[in-house]
Amino acid sequence: MGRYVIRRLLQMIPVFVGATFLIFLMVYALGDPVTALFGERGPDPATAAALREQFNLDKPVWQQYLLYMGKIFTGDFGTAFNGEPVTDLMGRAFPISARLMLVALFFEILFGITLGVITGLRRGRSLDTSVLVLTLVVIAIPTFVLGTTLQFFLGVEFGWIDPAVSPEGRLDELIVPGLILSLVSLAYVTRLTRTSVAENVRADYVRTAVAKGLPRRRVTVRHLLRNSLIPVVTYLGADIGNLMAGAIVTERIFNIQGVGYQLFQGILRQNSPTVVGFVVVLVLIFLLANLLVDLLYAVLDPRIRYA
Amino acid sequence: MPDRRSDRSDRSDPLGAQQRASADALTVGTAEEVEGAPRGLWSDAWHDLRRNPIFVVSALLILFLVLISLWPSLIASRSPVHCELGRSLEGPSAGHWFGFDTQGCDVYTRTVYGARASIAVGVCATLGVALLGAVVGGLAGFFGGFWDTLLSRVTDVFFGIPMVLGAIVFLSMITLRGIWPVVLVITALGWPPIARIARGAVITAKQNDYVQAARALGAGNTRLLLRHIMPNAIAPVIVMATIVLGTFIALEATLSFLGVGLRPPTVSWGVDISAASDGMQFRNAPHILLYPAAALSVAVLAFIMLGDAVRDALDPRLR
Repeated sequence: MGRYVIRRLLQMIPVFVGATFLIFLMVYALGDPVTALFGERGPDPATAAALREQFNLDKPVWQQYLLYMGKIFTGDFGTAFNGEPVTDLMGRAFPISARLMLVALFFEILFGITLGVITGLRRGRSLDTSVLVLTLVVIAIPTFVLGTTLQFFLGVEFGWIDPAVSPEGRLDELIVPGLILSLVSLAYVTRLTRTSVAENVRADYVRTAVAKGLPRRRVTVRHLLRNSLIPVVTYLGADIGNLMAGAIVTERIFNIQGVGYQLFQGILRQNSPTVVGFVVVLVLIFLLANLLVDLLYAVLDPRIRYA
Repeated sequence: MPDRRSDRSDRSDPLGAQQRASADALTVGTAEEVEGAPRGLWSDAWHDLRRNPIFVVSALLILFLVLISLWPSLIASRSPVHCELGRSLEGPSAGHWFGFDTQGCDVYTRTVYGARASIAVGVCATLGVALLGAVVGGLAGFFGGFWDTLLSRVTDVFFGIPMVLGAIVFLSMITLRGIWPVVLVITALGWPPIARIARGAVITAKQNDYVQAARALGAGNTRLLLRHIMPNAIAPVIVMATIVLGTFIALEATLSFLGVGLRPPTVSWGVDISAASDGMQFRNAPHILLYPAAALSVAVLAFIMLGDAVRDALDPRLR
């Protein structure tokens, strides 16, 4: 297991370098941060040149990238153009987004798996069919439509929640945004669990467990669920990427000042250090999540052994 | 879904599942259907699909969407950019079923014309993704060794960039407008899952005896790939491509909503939904949000249902 983890971590390095270099290339080769800094009025050529030198923008892209990565490993993500260190922005934004994503994951796991098990055990009944139709509808309606509509009804019409989340992003304010963020993934988790449970419920080991006289609950939770959750866990890991994307949309709708918000501000102002810094961290999280999923496989399925 | 066994009443003794599967595998690739003979994968799938109500409904919906995106004037006589500011946010009426938006444009006309951008982005991006993914994954699986390692790592690199994130960064950095940058960025970031699937399928197909036989008979790599391996490895790619088509349409709308995808004056559902939810303008005129959002959802739903049906038909293991 230990050797497998090390090998996977080593394999991650080229992937991480490649992915971040691509993003770096997009931001620094396609955009011009210095011109962006000056907005509508063009910069004075001498000032522009000085700035380019200060931020290493006069060097070839690959050199800029190396310099940038070198700094990142010492914890220096550079400064946004307003002089604030990018790490400060991250320190404010990441806890909020993490809370939002945890709320979403909580709903996804709790409701998704529960609904999936219930429908999977009652395949073909009316409850199963209605839940299936509902998941299809939820998947088909884009998050931003659901988000704006719910924000309007719950926040403006009925006044149950604040339409906009405060800059601190308290947990109780994030419940509705988190639910909206989780909805599409929740639907997928439900469908996946349903298929998996319906398939495994006919398996020999379930019949054995029933024949042994185990209580129904124990058969479902300990025997059936453990095997049925393997594809679900994979999906949850891959879903981290979807949640990040969804978080950008949700944070925009509810004005949550998390990662998506900061990233978007950075993009609108072409604030390259912010954009690249945030994306680098997000890519890292994404890769680590995928690694974690592969390791969880072995925990859930004893047949899988990593040498 | 009709029972497969009852469709095959021509068989007097029902074969075991395994034997039937191997019979299917043997007949894969037979071009013409002989009455009474076991069907190949494709004709079997088509046979199933025709009887699947979900497929029929979604296919008809998609046919309709494609028709109106090719010739929107068939059902909308006005111009989507002909607007009368004086009628801004006016509700639905006899001559204008869906009412008017903020700019006083006819919502019905814009909803009809909006299909074109969404369908075009979805179809073009899916074609691009399927082609790129199949080629990269197919070559990696076929050649193996060094090329497999190289191409798989490249796939991993692109897989490591979350799609919406990469799309936002790329689209906000370029100044080009219209559907092509959106298609390009979705293609560039969306192909890795298909490449992985294609690679697996090709590796499986490569090990078949008939491939070895063809190689022994002196068939070159190109012939092996195109004539022997591709027909037997393309099904999973088609399934995956159909499934992602719906999500790409939703993605285009999401990007347009975020202000980096399509932008006015391009007429698209995403653009209209974005305009309607901007500052909650739909508060007093829900119809400006409702109709484009409903059209978008129906389109996404149709493609997702089509993908499900195609997968069920082409991948008998999932039944």
